[in-house]
Amino acid sequence: MEMKDLFYAMPLLIVGGGILLILLIDMFFKGGKKIIPALTFFILLGTAYYSLFTINQLPIGLMPVSEFGLFYGMLSFGGKAHLFYFLFNFGSAIAVLIANDYLKKIETEYSEYYILLLSSVLGMMLIAGSRNLVMIFIGLEQMSISFYALAGYRRKNILSNEAALKYFLLGSFATGFLIYGMAFIFGTAQSMMLIDIFSQTSVLVKNPLFMIGILLFLIGFTFKIAAVPFHMWAPDVYEGSPTSVTALMATVGKAAAFSAILLIFVSVAKMGPNSVFSSMFSVVAVLSMLYGSIAAIAQKDIKRMLAYSSIAHAGYMTIGLAAVNPSGIAGIIFYLVAYTFMNLGAFGIIALLESKEGKFLSIEDYKGLGTRQPFLAASLAIIMFALSGIPPFAGFFGKYYIFLAAIQSGDTWLALVGVLSSVISVYFYLRVVVYMYFSKSDDESAILEISQTGLLAVIASLVLVIAFGLAPGSLIRLISGLI
Amino acid sequence: MIESYIPIFLVFGFAILFSLAVVFSSSLFGPQRPNAEKMTTYESGVKPIGLANERVSVKYYLVAMLFIIFDLEVIFVYPWAVKFKSLYAQQGIQVFWAMIVFLTVFEVGFLYAFKKGGFKWD
Repeated sequence: MEMKDLFYAMPLLIVGGGILLILLIDMFFKGGKKIIPALTFFILLGTAYYSLFTINQLPIGLMPVSEFGLFYGMLSFGGKAHLFYFLFNFGSAIAVLIANDYLKKIETEYSEYYILLLSSVLGMMLIAGSRNLVMIFIGLEQMSISFYALAGYRRKNILSNEAALKYFLLGSFATGFLIYGMAFIFGTAQSMMLIDIFSQTSVLVKNPLFMIGILLFLIGFTFKIAAVPFHMWAPDVYEGSPTSVTALMATVGKAAAFSAILLIFVSVAKMGPNSVFSSMFSVVAVLSMLYGSIAAIAQKDIKRMLAYSSIAHAGYMTIGLAAVNPSGIAGIIFYLVAYTFMNLGAFGIIALLESKEGKFLSIEDYKGLGTRQPFLAASLAIIMFALSGIPPFAGFFGKYYIFLAAIQSGDTWLALVGVLSSVISVYFYLRVVVYMYFSKSDDESAILEISQTGLLAVIASLVLVIAFGLAPGSLIRLISGLI
Repeated sequence: MIESYIPIFLVFGFAILFSLAVVFSSSLFGPQRPNAEKMTTYESGVKPIGLANERVSVKYYLVAMLFIIFDLEVIFVYPWAVKFKSLYAQQGIQVFWAMIVFLTVFEVGFLYAFKKGGFKWD
């Protein structure tokens, strides 16, 4: 290891050091609790800025990093990894803004929340930056264990406990699949380094044990992205967890799992567009899209509805994997960015309105919100339009690039199923809008007590959703340059 | 490749045969004169009272968890200390700092458990 590796790994070190710093502040300064949310926010924002700045260029005064990678080839630097670092850190920074007043509202304000949040972000960054199967596993476990604890964060709330236990039991089971697959890959490729595995892929595909390994690996991560048939945990966990935690794991958590699939995907792509994995992804995509969209229609709880919609979104993104071409991968990354900010906005608005007793969790409660709280109603309406894929918002271009990739690789039927599923999904997204503007509420009083930081989070997500919708070109060019 | 596993299969086979032989030979050849005292759970130990699936205080869970922290620390530090001289000759002072970094991260977590009252019994 060379000392300069430490400078290259700065984003990871800032977040890791931040965890220790916040632990120490929490321990030794009684008054420190007030600055912890702000400190977490600025650590995440600083790391996000640094990662974005170093996607294509090195910080001044540093030599270019070798192709081999950092820390004996364990971590990669720049490029796609840093784009994901930016997404994780920026998304989590917005989630901190959402959490700050929400935690006060539900009376579970402990500094451990921010420590666990930073720890999960560090895990995600390890996944996205790794070049070794063991690093992927360590990152995934660090992220997942933090999420298990965060899901049960409202420890006196029975739904939160249920969510944590379900997520923990099912999540550890899925991790078993993952590590079993890694064992098969290691056994056949004789190496844990991704570079070594990729260089041998053309030989290894003839080995059924290697194919089983990749399959089990993908099953492990299909669970994490909550795609059918490994989706069962998502609605219960998303519903039971505190809304600020759901905002985090539905968005950046899913992006982290996708970043891991994209890491191993080079191996799959070498098998050509008509391989067994391409058909597997097609099946997963079709089932997830249709199941998510149809099941969401029947939901009465808005968080549950968004959970089913997130299953459908995982399906749309899986089309990009089934297409097995560079524009599919670019489409997935664009979709992940758009999806992250759309859902952060949606959960942010729910967290702003939600009361300790659970008001504003049912979709019925949103009746008449258009007159009671015009700004939030308008924001939620825009986000619902964006989620259903209506132009000119970011969600439309996410779907556009994904469907385009499917058509380019000859899977036009996948794009057609995608469009069909989008049409179904319009029904449940727009129902919220209809309730807000065309129904009367029993309670006509205006809602004035709105958290300032939460509002900032909603505005930030909203600006990005609109900006990526109006000018998607710069982002898709940036992504395409990295693949 | 499969040939190299033959010794392991032999050991497995031997272990199974030997344990079966020991269990069955004692009941086959040994004298059997049972009485009430002999049939108790611990023949010459304490009298068993209550049920086996008793609830244990959750505090033991904390103790077990904190024990794992020490356990892991020893697992990493002990081999490092034993091999330190040869590692230092190979790679220089970074061998020392790597462990210091690990211990710093580690002790902060430990300090956290201490400050939050993880070691208080009541």
